Amino acid sequence: MSNGQNGAELRLVTPGMAIGPVAGKRVGSGAIAQNDTIIATRLGWTKEFNNTVSVDPINSAYMPRSGDLIVAVVAEVRNNLWFMNVNGPFQGLLPMSLAPWKVEFGAARQHMGIGDVVLARVQEVDECHNVVLTMKGVGLRRLNQGTIVSVPINHIDRLRGEGNATVQRLRDAADSRIIIGENGRVWIDGNAEGTAWARQAVALAQASGHKTTFEAELSALEQNAPKKGDA
Amino acid sequence: MGGYGDVKLLREDGLRLDGRKIDEMRPVKIEAGVLPAADGSAMVTHGLNVAVAAVYGPMEAHPRKIQRQDRAVIDVRYNMAPFSTSDRIRPGYNRRSREISKVTAEALESVVLVERYPRSKIRVEIEILAAEAGTRCAGLTAAAVALADAGIPMRDLIVGVASGKVEGIVVLDLDKAEDNYGQADLPVGILPNTGEIAFLQMDGDLSPDEYNLAMEYNFKAAAEIHEIMVDALKRRYEGGEN
Repeated sequence: MSNGQNGAELRLVTPGMAIGPVAGKRVGSGAIAQNDTIIATRLGWTKEFNNTVSVDPINSAYMPRSGDLIVAVVAEVRNNLWFMNVNGPFQGLLPMSLAPWKVEFGAARQHMGIGDVVLARVQEVDECHNVVLTMKGVGLRRLNQGTIVSVPINHIDRLRGEGNATVQRLRDAADSRIIIGENGRVWIDGNAEGTAWARQAVALAQASGHKTTFEAELSALEQNAPKKGDA
Repeated sequence: MGGYGDVKLLREDGLRLDGRKIDEMRPVKIEAGVLPAADGSAMVTHGLNVAVAAVYGPMEAHPRKIQRQDRAVIDVRYNMAPFSTSDRIRPGYNRRSREISKVTAEALESVVLVERYPRSKIRVEIEILAAEAGTRCAGLTAAAVALADAGIPMRDLIVGVASGKVEGIVVLDLDKAEDNYGQADLPVGILPNTGEIAFLQMDGDLSPDEYNLAMEYNFKAAAEIHEIMVDALKRRYEGGEN
């Protein structure tokens, strides 16, 4: 469970299940207040932090938020912008003014075509879920090599670890560059052996990220890592 | 729903032809997460009915004319497999599947927090693999579990259950013979935690007292099925503590 569990009993709840009385508490994400009772709206683990009761969903779609670092794939190209698949319900829009290159009107295709993968940041999300991306920023770029694997949104924190400790372990063990996008896409770039091992580690997070045994299973997997001893 | 003829549906000892009591449900088994490709899925075995539901989304609603600026639309497709009954069913959409898709979508829209996903679509596919009366209820239950499995926010689960009347007696959960030759059928979609009714249909005739008794049976069965639904969802993630 994430830090800050104070007071509320840690338990798995299903939609409609009563978590407890409102009693001065604030209702966070994954829950609603109904007749002075806090009701879960998602399948997940209850969490109480700073007098706010919420539900950490076990499974959820990626909903972009401003500032998210994501791995996006070009889905459509227009004269002056790109539509990007952000692994969410809506496509993101990358205007040429927010691309890292000087793009002439009509020349967008010369810089990126359909299927190209980029590391971008969510610039803005409005109330109608229009998503604007930017590639202006340190480290934001087109990803010309490596491989992309998916991981459930709710397991990202687990894969990243406290202060990026777990992902750093993976980078060291796989001797690869690994970037975890907030949108559930993980970019891995390294030699074949390292990439294969990193993929196994991500698959482990996908299968067991919600389990208490995840840490032990990951440590066991590290024994077969290309670069043992770093972990 | 025949409702006439001399078909005996109750035995002399008061039990039904399959040995159930009048307020006894067929065995129900639910499994969540049966389809790895779907965002959420479930399989419900209710008596001899087998219903599989898959949920995809929320995704951008296409074509654009179906988009709602303030909420998501739920696109339900209910289909009976050609091999689901002893007489082969002609594949494809028909009037019955269209009607069931519509009422199921409306029932689900009342529990899903659709306002969280404006302009988007949540696709629910319900496939009946084996049918023995009560497929719309089994399909609705499967869809609710699949939606919860997909992480779609809902204010409650929804349970599909039916009662009816055979030989003048109100019975719970009609089987095929009772459905075909009984006098009434009352399928409902119940929100088990709030006790609200999300959909209700009635075929045949029931007096007010019979209706009340049928609803009493339905609520009792809904509570039992709800426990099985919750258990199925929890079982899928057992061992987890995040």
